[in-house]
Amino acid sequence: MASLDISSIKRDFPILSRKIRENNRLVYLDSGATSQKPNSVLDAERDFYTQHNAAAHRGAHQLAEEATELYEGAREKVASFIGADVDEVIFTKSATESINAIAYSMGNAQSGSRFHISRGDRIVVSEMEHHANLIPWQELARRTGAELVWFKVTDDGRLDLTNLSELINSRTKIVALTHQSNVLGTINPLEDIVKRTHEVGALFVLDACQSVPHYKVNVKSLDIDFIAFSGHKMLGPTGVGILWGRKELLDEMPPFLTGGSMIETVTMESATYLDAPKRFEAGVPNMAQAVGLGAAVDYLSAIGLDVIHSHETELTRAAISGLRTIAGLTIIGPTDMTLRGGVVSFAIEGIHPHDLGQALDSYGIAVRTGHHCAWPLMRRFKAVATTRASFYLYNDLDDVNALVDGVERARKYFVER
Amino acid sequence: MELDSLYQEVILEHYKRPLHKSLKANPTIQVQHINTSCGDEITLNLHTDGTVIQDITWDGIGCSISQASTSVVSDLVRGKSVGEALATIDAFQAMIQSKGADTGNEDVLGDGVAFAGVAKFPARVKCALLGWMATKDAISQSQSKNER
Repeated sequence: MASLDISSIKRDFPILSRKIRENNRLVYLDSGATSQKPNSVLDAERDFYTQHNAAAHRGAHQLAEEATELYEGAREKVASFIGADVDEVIFTKSATESINAIAYSMGNAQSGSRFHISRGDRIVVSEMEHHANLIPWQELARRTGAELVWFKVTDDGRLDLTNLSELINSRTKIVALTHQSNVLGTINPLEDIVKRTHEVGALFVLDACQSVPHYKVNVKSLDIDFIAFSGHKMLGPTGVGILWGRKELLDEMPPFLTGGSMIETVTMESATYLDAPKRFEAGVPNMAQAVGLGAAVDYLSAIGLDVIHSHETELTRAAISGLRTIAGLTIIGPTDMTLRGGVVSFAIEGIHPHDLGQALDSYGIAVRTGHHCAWPLMRRFKAVATTRASFYLYNDLDDVNALVDGVERARKYFVER
Repeated sequence: MELDSLYQEVILEHYKRPLHKSLKANPTIQVQHINTSCGDEITLNLHTDGTVIQDITWDGIGCSISQASTSVVSDLVRGKSVGEALATIDAFQAMIQSKGADTGNEDVLGDGVAFAGVAKFPARVKCALLGWMATKDAISQSQSKNER
């Protein structure tokens, strides 16, 4: 497989050449939180504002026409990136909004609709969910009286699927799972879970925030019903997320946000709504952000997700083996590379992650510390917090070595001082 | 090096050997404070007769800054009058939120002045304030309990 020309990639990301705290090279290992942006994305956004800015789908003027074309062009790019039909791709402001849109639509659905959920029904999640794929379902359960149940996580950071068929039963209406844990790096095996979900007539929602940016995800071959992910973790701007749903489901799903742009006809008493995707995009859309995301998709596609994934696998393997040589360090999550992505969480005896993160920062290394918006998972591993390094296409082995050396240096600073 | 301005010896000393970190039974007020951004948490027991802070004991988990800072405040305000204690906490808060302009008065803040360097690290200000805000909260709850 072709390997990446990292030095040329790094040049595409202006922020990677800036200096951090006392003239250190920036070693950015926090792409799991948000990725950096290449010039092509920044240029696309700027070009939209300087050349084409107007409200899409409105107005009879040239700019409105161009804005519409660019916005819809971005939708086509995203659709082909995930193997979807173009009418199935909805632009939201974030993955969080995408998941809330499904949860609120279900809450709004009338009795008789396949989305209707009530007391006695069941919502299935897992212990490794990001809060964004937990709290909306907690709230839906609270509002409707449905029951929230979850898959547990094994000691080595995998989903415990031993009770799959009891957990997903005939009362189950929805199963919402993460594709890859943002803390553990675990990639969840979906096939049996999706099969069981459909066997009982439930819907499957995939939180793909940590997967779509890093490896090929095809919504049709996964046979799932909905997917949610964000633009800013895949080189795109903040303020744009994606909700994809199967066409026949979107056609039946009640809207979550209502207002302009999503209506067909309106009287003072009532309104009828457009078909998806417009039905779910009330208001003037986030056009520049969508266009920026389109440029990000182009950038990733030109390099190739297979190449990116194998590069990240190499970095992750090196990071795990380097970190494991450090005294008192424990990796939280799988240590083998089977079904594993480029996110590595760890803890060191005697050093709180906040202190470790601070020391690494003083060497120019940016990592995430804290509970990673996955508090229940932290409790599961009896950790208050962890330190997390996450990799992307612009990282290289120098970055991994800087991390390993930095952690050892910090350990000496706190433990041996 | 900048890191040393944050992690003063006295801070690491309090972190490794925290003072009064063992909850004393039957407090006048017990409070629990959490730093929601990182999950650090402390439980703090206040013993007071309404005029004097008789005892402050605590337990918790968190980073060196939050744990050391709680150790310092628990030692500093015990034996002080309620008014003095609140003034001390205000002085610490002013120093921490001064972005480095106020380096603190050692006569008032004791070991607390070691945290002056934290003011230059905005992400750590909450850590440094955790125990102090818990103490302030406990005192104010005990005051309103007295009024009832």
